[in-house]
Amino acid sequence: MMDWGALLLSLKLALFTTLLLVPLAVLLARPLAWSRFSGKGLLESLVALPLVLPPTVLGYYLLTAFAASSPLGQTYAALTGRTLVFSFDGLLAASLIFNLPFAVQPIQRAFDAIPRAAREAAWCCGLSHWRTLWRVELPLAWPGVLSAIVLTFAHTLGEFGVVLMVGGNISEETRTVAISIFDRVQAFDEQGAAWMSALLVAISFAAISLFHLLTRRVGKSYG
Amino acid sequence: MAEGLSVTLSQSSPIVLDCALECAPGELLALVGPSGSGKTTVLRSIAGLNRPSQGRISCGADTWLDTQQGIDLAPQVRRAGMVFQSYSLLPHLSAQENVALALLDLPKGERIRQAQDWLARVHLHGLEARHPGELSGGQQQRVAMARALARAIGNGPAPAVLLLDEPFSAVDQVTRRKLQQELARLRRELAIPIVLVTHDLDEARMLADRMVLLHHGVNLQNGPPEEVMSRPANAAVARLIGQTNLFEGVVGGRGDEGATSLDWLGLSLEVAAESEFAPGTKVCWVIPPEGVHLHRRGRPYPGEGSNRVSGRIEDRLALGPFTHVTLRPARGGPPLAFSLPSHIALQDAIVPGAEATVTLLPQAIHLMPAEG
Repeated sequence: MMDWGALLLSLKLALFTTLLLVPLAVLLARPLAWSRFSGKGLLESLVALPLVLPPTVLGYYLLTAFAASSPLGQTYAALTGRTLVFSFDGLLAASLIFNLPFAVQPIQRAFDAIPRAAREAAWCCGLSHWRTLWRVELPLAWPGVLSAIVLTFAHTLGEFGVVLMVGGNISEETRTVAISIFDRVQAFDEQGAAWMSALLVAISFAAISLFHLLTRRVGKSYG
Repeated sequence: MAEGLSVTLSQSSPIVLDCALECAPGELLALVGPSGSGKTTVLRSIAGLNRPSQGRISCGADTWLDTQQGIDLAPQVRRAGMVFQSYSLLPHLSAQENVALALLDLPKGERIRQAQDWLARVHLHGLEARHPGELSGGQQQRVAMARALARAIGNGPAPAVLLLDEPFSAVDQVTRRKLQQELARLRRELAIPIVLVTHDLDEARMLADRMVLLHHGVNLQNGPPEEVMSRPANAAVARLIGQTNLFEGVVGGRGDEGATSLDWLGLSLEVAAESEFAPGTKVCWVIPPEGVHLHRRGRPYPGEGSNRVSGRIEDRLALGPFTHVTLRPARGGPPLAFSLPSHIALQDAIVPGAEATVTLLPQAIHLMPAEG
């Protein structure tokens, strides 16, 4: 009654998404927090768009963009021999896009809160920009990065609409736990749906609790 | 100048800067001016945190900035140890790690040893593991000082400079006095140029070998603090350094021994210094409060009786051991300010309305060009 394959796939998708997206979000959030450039407002709006778009709309456009006949789909197929639609690869790509605001926004807010003088002090100590990022900016922005990790992970576990549109419902390939629950309800397997829903609640709750615990500890060490 | 720091800056935005300064190794130069005068911007330009549209900055044999040749070194490459106004210690690092941050290019063991040495130099031995949040304001300032010194000196011999941006403004007065004395002692051991930004003239007088007076980004005067205070270049400088005894007069004839006379309120005042102004020239003149001497009641005042001004006491303000007094001359004109020990003010009944006579010391009178 428990679809372990779906759970494993969801965890794998969440893990890969988090690992790929959070470093990307750091690179994107930094200029958004500190630099002024033309098109910054537009970029911020684009990043926030997945928050307000219906998942089916986002899913529809991704499906169109990923289609085997599209330039993107053809290029991907030529490079890897795989397709983007109805595959784990496509699911991961979609996941990276619909999680953008969840990863970028907390990190951007954290970078925003770092006083410029802290970075200037690091530069005047001789730290290169790269060293400043590692030794000063990331430690100070850590609560925001942690928040991005947890939000991205938990949100990927729970996403339904985009996953269904782009990935479909292929066992062991694109059927995530959220879709499996939907399946069970449609098949009147209420007990299976209940178990899996409860498990998803437990995992999400654990992730959020862990986040709170870690940020509290970070807050303490800042003294 | 091959040695020391040499700075020429010019920019029109975000604030106007048009100034030049030099600071020799081992010299402490105070950049003084009211807020908004551009002194912090000058300091940030030296550190490489502000990019002026035109200028040249060299430190020893190194050129840090030369806009004509397109040279503009990053702050990381300039060996400028900087103490920020709010210290900018990194909250996630201990005192020792904050100092070690300026020594990252050294091997780890050497880095830790040096960081501990610098902390000991600023009397923080035993507090190495504390985080900034666990240190008092004065201790945080010392960590910032140790970090700046480590950056400037700890990385081996290369042209370096120590930059202090109002380093004493964020602590209470008792701590400030203590830290100022520590800097006065510490600087004797330092053979690099030190630039101190401050708005506090007393601080500049106490610590600096020379000062540069900035106003609206322009260097109005530079020289030893005593000289700038007693011999301001013009009326604007006199006002900026808080000289209240600023008057207008006309240069009179020259005396026998090169002394000049000054016509003021119908009096002919004797001026000790030789004047660059021709007789008949309209001038501004100042006399610091300590150049105004009160005649004690019932006691003769030595001298022949020149430079005497009589009038009525207008205002009296007792501030602890000293009492600040203004005297309105009987011949009219603006009031003269001076101070005297509070017990003398009490003995001689120096109260508003009382009659009094003062002598203006000829050597304290300083003539300046009249204001256009």
